[in-house]
Amino acid sequence: MAVTEQEILEGLGKIINEITGIPAAEVTPEKSFVDDLDIDSLSMVEIAVAAQDEFGVEIPDDQLKNLKSVKDVIGFIQA
Amino acid sequence: MRIPAGAPGARVLAFGGYQPANVVTNDDLAKTMDTNDEWIQSRVGIAERRLAGPEESEIDLAVQAGGKALAASGLDASDIDLVIVATCTMEAPIPNAAGRVAHRLGINAPGAFDINAACAGFCYALAAASSAIQTGSATHVLIVGTEKFSHWVDWTDRSTAVIFADGSGAAVVGPSDTPGIGPVVWGSAGDKSDAIVIKDRNSFLHQEGQAVFRWATTALHPVAKLACERAGVDPADLAAFVPHQANLRIIDAIARKLGAEKAVVAHDIVLAGNTSAASIPLALSRMIERGEVSSGGLALLLGFGAGLTYAGQVIEIP
Repeated sequence: MAVTEQEILEGLGKIINEITGIPAAEVTPEKSFVDDLDIDSLSMVEIAVAAQDEFGVEIPDDQLKNLKSVKDVIGFIQA
Repeated sequence: MRIPAGAPGARVLAFGGYQPANVVTNDDLAKTMDTNDEWIQSRVGIAERRLAGPEESEIDLAVQAGGKALAASGLDASDIDLVIVATCTMEAPIPNAAGRVAHRLGINAPGAFDINAACAGFCYALAAASSAIQTGSATHVLIVGTEKFSHWVDWTDRSTAVIFADGSGAAVVGPSDTPGIGPVVWGSAGDKSDAIVIKDRNSFLHQEGQAVFRWATTALHPVAKLACERAGVDPADLAAFVPHQANLRIIDAIARKLGAEKAVVAHDIVLAGNTSAASIPLALSRMIERGEVSSGGLALLLGFGAGLTYAGQVIEIP
């Protein structure tokens, strides 16, 4: 059963909140990790690892650097 | 052939730590490279580190920490019959460090060898010491983690220069009727050996920071949990968690996943930087000195680093 975009967004919001303290409600699809949410590369690794546990999709380091926005990560997990 | 009975158990009798006098702050580093205090503190967690000058070698550092541990143990140099030095930053590979450290401390003709398991080295040395005592090969063992990264770091490379530092930490291990050092859980990931390297004698230390961070935050908490399980200790009952001081965010990520709610988590990296094999005994000796942990409490030690190697065990705090 495929997870919906909304479910991934909610899951990411929870993960990002746990790792960075940013309120989950601020994690919306159009937000950029670096420019809007002020999340650095090490936090992105932690988020990728937590997302892998949650959704079962591995995000390798060489792919991770191309995922600039919340929407990009949702797309990667759904693909 | 017969095998004489060793001691039923082994325990750490005392710790000792030493840092060189020269304090280098993040602002000091920002004067010579493109970095700043805020960046270093938020990414790595280091506020300052100590660097040895050309007059102070990794052997000198080891002698200082070893001497402190020996004094704190109340033993005489003549009681020690095995010296193990864990280091990965020797300026020259021959002779080893352990023989010279022993000689400088007045320890006469002990078994003497070095261990290179990089930042996991202290936990490997502790396991070797514990086994030597329990098999009757030694009675009292001095183990020292000592590192002088300053001569292996490129001081124009901000990705490593802000992290690595100099220092030493030591422990005296002796026989015990009750277990004071739990079974070691150790292993390696040689497929990732390229992640932290000094390529040859003319090269500086190179680290794939992001790859190491990912490995450390995913592969190590199961090792930490297993070390507790094998010692029959619930992580919730740990008084202290003392992982290798590599990066504050790695430390806190592993601590969070370990579930050691009551444990004081070592944050010695703030004042010491990453001192590899020295970081665990250096951290623990400072925690004991400051009264942050009490004698008799259980501490989980967890070393991890180049190799990649890792090792962890539960100990009773002396």
